[in-house]
Amino acid sequence: MKVTTGLLQTLSLQGLVPAPPQQCGAVRLLPLLRSQVRDDLRLSLRRYGEAIGMVALEGEPDSLRADRGIVPGLKYIGYVPHGLVVSYSEDGSPVAALGTQLHSQGDARADGHAAARCVRLLHRMVKREGERTLRLLPMHLAMEGLLSLHFGGPDIAWSEYSRRAIRYGLDPRSESAVPGRAIANLEEALRVFEIHDAQCGVMICVADALASIFVVPNPSDYRALHRSLIEDFYGELIAQYSQQYRSVLSLGRSESSLPVPRSVADLRRWLSDERAHWADVGQVLAGGFLGRGLRAERLYRMGPFVLQRFVTSLQISDENHIGEAIVREDGTVEYMKSFRLSDKQVKRAYLLQVLAAHHWNLDAAAASQRQTRDQWVERLRNAGFEYLLSDAVLRAARKRSG
Amino acid sequence: MQQAMSAAERVAQEDLVLFINACFACTGQSEFYGASERQSVSIRFVHEYILGNYRRLYARTLSAGVNHFNQALIIQNLLRMGAPRDPQQRREEGQLILAALLGLPPQRVYHLFRDLRQLRCNNRRTRAVMAAYLARRPDLHFDAVKYRAHVRAVAAHAHLRLPGEVGAFVFIGAKQRGGYTTPLFESVRRAHYAADAVYDLPYSIAQGFARKHRIPQDVFLSRIAGRLTGSEALRLLDTAERVGATGIDVDLSRAPLTKLCLYLLDRPLSERRERALEFVAALRGSTQRAIARSGRNQRLGRVIAILDRSYSASGSEEKRRRPLAVALAASQILRAVASDYRAIWTPGLPDIVGTASENSGDAAPDPGPERELLASAQGQTALGEPLLSALSAQPDLIVIVSDGFENDPQGACETIVRLFRQHLDRKRAISIVHANPVFDSDRLMPRSLGPSIATLGLRDAEDLLTMIGFARFADGSAPLSELEQYLEARVPRLLRRLTRPDRSVAESDPGTAASAGAAEVRS
Repeated sequence: MKVTTGLLQTLSLQGLVPAPPQQCGAVRLLPLLRSQVRDDLRLSLRRYGEAIGMVALEGEPDSLRADRGIVPGLKYIGYVPHGLVVSYSEDGSPVAALGTQLHSQGDARADGHAAARCVRLLHRMVKREGERTLRLLPMHLAMEGLLSLHFGGPDIAWSEYSRRAIRYGLDPRSESAVPGRAIANLEEALRVFEIHDAQCGVMICVADALASIFVVPNPSDYRALHRSLIEDFYGELIAQYSQQYRSVLSLGRSESSLPVPRSVADLRRWLSDERAHWADVGQVLAGGFLGRGLRAERLYRMGPFVLQRFVTSLQISDENHIGEAIVREDGTVEYMKSFRLSDKQVKRAYLLQVLAAHHWNLDAAAASQRQTRDQWVERLRNAGFEYLLSDAVLRAARKRSG
Repeated sequence: MQQAMSAAERVAQEDLVLFINACFACTGQSEFYGASERQSVSIRFVHEYILGNYRRLYARTLSAGVNHFNQALIIQNLLRMGAPRDPQQRREEGQLILAALLGLPPQRVYHLFRDLRQLRCNNRRTRAVMAAYLARRPDLHFDAVKYRAHVRAVAAHAHLRLPGEVGAFVFIGAKQRGGYTTPLFESVRRAHYAADAVYDLPYSIAQGFARKHRIPQDVFLSRIAGRLTGSEALRLLDTAERVGATGIDVDLSRAPLTKLCLYLLDRPLSERRERALEFVAALRGSTQRAIARSGRNQRLGRVIAILDRSYSASGSEEKRRRPLAVALAASQILRAVASDYRAIWTPGLPDIVGTASENSGDAAPDPGPERELLASAQGQTALGEPLLSALSAQPDLIVIVSDGFENDPQGACETIVRLFRQHLDRKRAISIVHANPVFDSDRLMPRSLGPSIATLGLRDAEDLLTMIGFARFADGSAPLSELEQYLEARVPRLLRRLTRPDRSVAESDPGTAASAGAAEVRS
């Protein structure tokens, strides 16, 4: 894995070995085993009573006090059932994972009684809470990265854009995802899943499409966080696959690979080959993700660790993932959570990228895609960016295309 | 296959094996991988299918040592169908039904009778069976107290005239003028008014009265201690300790083995470590009694057991840790009857001191009951490596106790056994049996590890030895005739129950509906 200044450039599962998958319907869970576990970084879960959270991305924290109220500034609102608390040490000495109960006062809640109908107010996606502890909102870190992509809107005030786009940029920008419970069989698969002793992560595949890779630093952290996977959110594509496919094919080796054993030792060799085969299967299933170029952004540095979020190339023809990771100085992935983007989400991000690359000039962007200006406008409209363009441009395009 | 079987015979053989297998494992309760509704639909279907096609063998299955739930279900189905026409078959069936009923715990029998009543099954035969059963109860007065509503329902349903004061007691109860001359009945009547009389009653009845009289729990438990049954005492040990009651003294070694294992695995790990000596002694005692009760003093040769303690062995809400307890119990039985025994737990057991350690090496010694007591249901199901180290030791018998959900990697066991049999062990010198404590409702049988390994259902580890005897049918190698002979040979053994010396009504035969012994309680 290439790492410069602690940022990921490509992803590999170095230090983690995929074990044979456990399957339930079309959901396949591949345990990731870590051979060398260090104790200087631990994660623990902080459960929030409310499903909805509002995160103040900039400025002062929001408060419940009447004199301060909600502070103006950029907000992120989403499904935030839990946060993760990271504790670490800089000199490699072991740390204990924090109990979830002890530290639950960190974040304010907008309403004291009706947990179901209120919103939790959170300050920043990543917040330092103590000398060596950090609170982060898993998955939202990455999602916020996607949403904030070219969030400022046109950098030159071209007359083709609506006044709103010039003034406020892409605000408000939203993307949708699907909660784990909406994915058929995922809950059952997680319930009956048998956690390995050295397990530090899992690859979730639905109909053999990689939905998410989840990695933690320590096996006991994994045990504690395993059930939280059902509360996470996943790509729409994954939910569709889970409804379409009842089961998946066995990925075992063919009959012809069976040896003619002369002794029990030959059988033993066959079994270790079998394990190697399953480790390869893990690499193959994650093939659209591992080894691909990444763009990473550093969010926080804590001693030897760097918290970052990343996104794959955003090419429309490939499968694309976003995610967040904590990477040690030597390149070991200590924590990671990834999210498979749906094609529509990729398309939106891609269009914004093309626009930004051409300084938001419609004609130049269209030409780069070998499209006419009208086709390009139509494409933006279909992707849901109608609100960025001025009425005149939209009307003219519609008129010409008849 | 030693002998060619016709297609029809093969189907019949497979059907029966499937059925008997299901009857060993299924109880209609939910399992780790399946809900209870599916279980009961699934097992009922199998029962009706076999009853419709192979009635004689269906009845004889009662003698195969299948579990209580299925015995009751067989009896219920047979009674609902009415008596068969052939007099000899009718006679045999009637005897089998009665003999099986006498072997069931009374609460299950009364439950069965209640179900029959709800199903409106009231043929001559059913009435005769009910009469004969009540006539053979060793203490009908006690039953009348403990199962009063049930006895009343049976009497009303089968038109029975109950002997002595039993009728008056179950129908009138405490309001009987002038009281009863039977001391137990009189105690019940008095317990309605006097707190002191409560302690003469069976615990489950006394409990209600104790609440009525507001007797503090510690006083109540201390004074009723003498009347507790074994499993009641086992269940109440913790409560007694909590409320500070004294006098409840359980001899753990007298508890049934699987139940004892369930109890021990339920103790916190620290307690299992501290009281290891006591617990191991209890396990030994209980194992000896289980073997003695099974009536088989067979010795097995060199045996290796592969015991699955993966996370799925934690069972379900209804059967908490049952698969794990069955594995622990099976290990004790095998250790006692084998000339040379080694248990391989997967994943490996923790050390006595508390550090995790793998015992995957070929030469790893038998962990012994002290370490086995520390088993917990955790981790993946890796059966391949343990099986290989078992095979390389070349024992006479390998017993795999697992729920059959192998996942690390899937299907390794099957491939290893198949290749081993094809290339390394053509004479089948090593027998391999898979005992499965879990019923898979989708397959109508315990889940198998693969076609090369005979799979048998095992609800109680006490049945393990019976089950190993049955194993040669499960892999389909023995012909149907042999299976029929096997069942037929077991019938007289079951019927011996009817002619025990203490039972005076030996000639009773509910099959013909005219029995001298039952006359006493018949209308």
